[in-house]
Amino acid sequence: MVQRLKEVDVVVIGVGMVGTMVSKELAAAGYKVVGLERGQTRETVPEFQSPGIHDELRFDVRKALMQDNTREPVSFRNQASQVALPVRRWESFLPGTGLGGSMVHWNGQTYRFQANDFQLATRTRERYGKNFLDSDLTIQDWGVTYDELEPHYDRFEYLLGTSGKAGNIRGQIQPGGDPHESPRSREYPTRPQKEHYQGALFRKAASGMGYHPFPQPSSNLSEPYTNPEGLKLNTCVFCGFCERYACEHYAKAVPQTVLLPVLLANPNFELRTGCQVQRINLDSTKKHATGVTYIDAVGREFEQPAALVITCTFAINNIRMLLLSGIGKPYDPASGQGVVGRNYAYQTMSTVTSFFDEDVIINPFMASGASGTLINDFAGDNFDHSGLGFIGGAFIGAVNTNGRPIQYHPTPPGTPGWGKAWKQAVLKHYNHTVMFSLHGSSQATRQNYADLDPTYRDAWGQPLLRITFDFPQNDLRMAEYVTSKAVEIGKAMGAKQVAGGPRKGPYTITQYQTTHNTGGTVMGESPRTSVVNRYLQSWDVPNVFVIGASNYPQNASWNPTCTLGALTYWAIDALKNKYLRNPGRLVSA
Amino acid sequence: MVMQRVTRRSFVTSVGAASMLPTSAVLGAAQGAEPAKENAANAAGTTTPDISVADRPTYLFFNEAEVLFIEAACERLIPADESGTGALGAGVPNYLDKQLGGAWGAGERLYRSGPWAPGTPQQGYQLPFTPAELFRNCLRAIDRQLGAANTPFHEMSPAQQDAYLKSLESGGHDLDGVPSTIFFDMLLAMSIEGFFADPAYGGNKDMVAWRMIGFPGAYADYYEAIDKHGVKFVRDPISLAEDGRGHVHMHPDIPASL
Repeated sequence: MVQRLKEVDVVVIGVGMVGTMVSKELAAAGYKVVGLERGQTRETVPEFQSPGIHDELRFDVRKALMQDNTREPVSFRNQASQVALPVRRWESFLPGTGLGGSMVHWNGQTYRFQANDFQLATRTRERYGKNFLDSDLTIQDWGVTYDELEPHYDRFEYLLGTSGKAGNIRGQIQPGGDPHESPRSREYPTRPQKEHYQGALFRKAASGMGYHPFPQPSSNLSEPYTNPEGLKLNTCVFCGFCERYACEHYAKAVPQTVLLPVLLANPNFELRTGCQVQRINLDSTKKHATGVTYIDAVGREFEQPAALVITCTFAINNIRMLLLSGIGKPYDPASGQGVVGRNYAYQTMSTVTSFFDEDVIINPFMASGASGTLINDFAGDNFDHSGLGFIGGAFIGAVNTNGRPIQYHPTPPGTPGWGKAWKQAVLKHYNHTVMFSLHGSSQATRQNYADLDPTYRDAWGQPLLRITFDFPQNDLRMAEYVTSKAVEIGKAMGAKQVAGGPRKGPYTITQYQTTHNTGGTVMGESPRTSVVNRYLQSWDVPNVFVIGASNYPQNASWNPTCTLGALTYWAIDALKNKYLRNPGRLVSA
Repeated sequence: MVMQRVTRRSFVTSVGAASMLPTSAVLGAAQGAEPAKENAANAAGTTTPDISVADRPTYLFFNEAEVLFIEAACERLIPADESGTGALGAGVPNYLDKQLGGAWGAGERLYRSGPWAPGTPQQGYQLPFTPAELFRNCLRAIDRQLGAANTPFHEMSPAQQDAYLKSLESGGHDLDGVPSTIFFDMLLAMSIEGFFADPAYGGNKDMVAWRMIGFPGAYADYYEAIDKHGVKFVRDPISLAEDGRGHVHMHPDIPASL
């Protein structure tokens, strides 16, 4: 028996950072908003408090904050010729669940993309010619420019209180910042975090080689800060339990610390937790959404009618929501037709590990999730790719986030995996090693995509999302090249041994890389190659908006969260000032 | 008093493990000495696995034959040596026992719907077994295979034990349908967990592994230390179990109950 509820103005699916931002703005504008969150409510007090929160086994290894994969996993294969199998344990990426979403367990690494990234297809063609790209790449422009997003980037950074040093303010290069960044309208809200030893060693070596090191922009704050919503954040104390954990100190910018209290105080908003949305409902024309159907925590089924539906779930779940709802044509890699699930991309992560003598004491456990120093000299299109045979790049950084020993115990190549030699190597190197992260771009290809699995189902009986993904040759060549540059920096630091670990194929679901899944509901200029228009409105069902990193046509060289925050404010602006004043298509197809 | 806590099971298993202990440790145990505490205070100073009869875990999951294998195998994976305690002294077998006997062993956070297929290495674990079922299945197969050859694992020399573990690691055995590399990988991963996880989980006894590498544990504040580059951070580690310093970060502007 489905219970039909009273119609509301807006249903928001997923109350993470995006859902909180959208709900807060639309409720403040006078609309009745219902937020449906599949997980439970959780707060800094009592859920995130020490010492219980500093439990590596529970949060890192057992992944306590993550989407319940016993009920709702994905299936995976490298190629369409294989049979996809369920991801029975999360490893490669870690979607969160619960109030505040995945951002509760993020690291706070808060980068903007560069102007070039938003017009990647056009700029690549202009600079390198139309035959430069591998034929399997399906990169495209975003349909929105950096200049259009800049005010929204700025607003998001000031919401979070991000700690950093500007490198380019309105075209003026700033000493100490990243000279490669696209112009920003003003300085970061708070000064950079203190630099850890790894960062200082990296800075000295990279400077000496003529590169341009700068402090990582961090939303673990360097100093007390009051954001424009009136909420106050504390100074981060570098506890070393950041990613995969929630912050006990009110020092990490997450929905609970920067916005949720404001949203929950607004009577126009109603939060319902434990609600698993099954689908967005369409009328008989399939061109108009009537609301959503969800099942609550005790198994009751409800229909929630709404004039506007906004899906704000984690990237891969946004794709699945559209596929389960029959919104947009599913992508078919054989024909290249269809759009939902197309251009699924990821991140191409490599590492370089530098082993020092025992008189160099690193203290890796002193870190925030975004402390560190890096260079953008080999990121994006900041270097000439002529003759290199690839596009894209990676930032190179000593951006160590922790020394938690179950997962962090580096040993030099050739060390046995167990026994006395392993143990002695762990003891010898634990406190004397510097690891670089090489955070590489991920280009979309014809063969990488997501669709519904024909066999495996979730706990509610619905098909799982099936991900078909392997690293493009373009990205593997990029990883080789950038790793060779990073190894040189490791040697310049004076390490006695430097081990390069360029990302190799095939992509494996068994090893953590990043939770930066992108694409599948990409934004763009044409309904033939995108799911949503430049305002993140469905081309097919105009009263459905889709907001997530699933909107990225391909992924750039940096962590995706800040760009998602900017896109969200961009879409909110269009919703408030265009769509809700006159509901209908914001862009004609 | 000490002897009253020695159950039949733990007595049998301690005799089994004693075959690998130096005589002095066994004598110490029999006399009720407490080498564990001494060793914890000086993690780098001894090669003696610090386990006494009184300190033996009460095994709830493993049976007696399984304990013989697990204790001996864990100690080869992470052996006691001149750098300090190994898996046995740190209580790693106890950690495995409690994990396998609890929610993790029963398939916590494991998607368990079929159909089943071996898949590719890139697709990860694809067996119907829970961890508890996997261990039981594989330990039974190992016991039978080695028993048939009259070479029980715990009676082998350390070199023989290492060779056998390597053969498991390389996938050289079919353990009643399970490729031995899958079992070995899980045994090794859980042994490392037990060595380095908070002592609240039953391994890393007295934070001995943390002391060896210099990890301060659940300690939470390095604001003043982080930019003192290259200075060794010297203080006793903190376990989750030490709640004396517990405090709650109440925020003046964000209500605890949103």
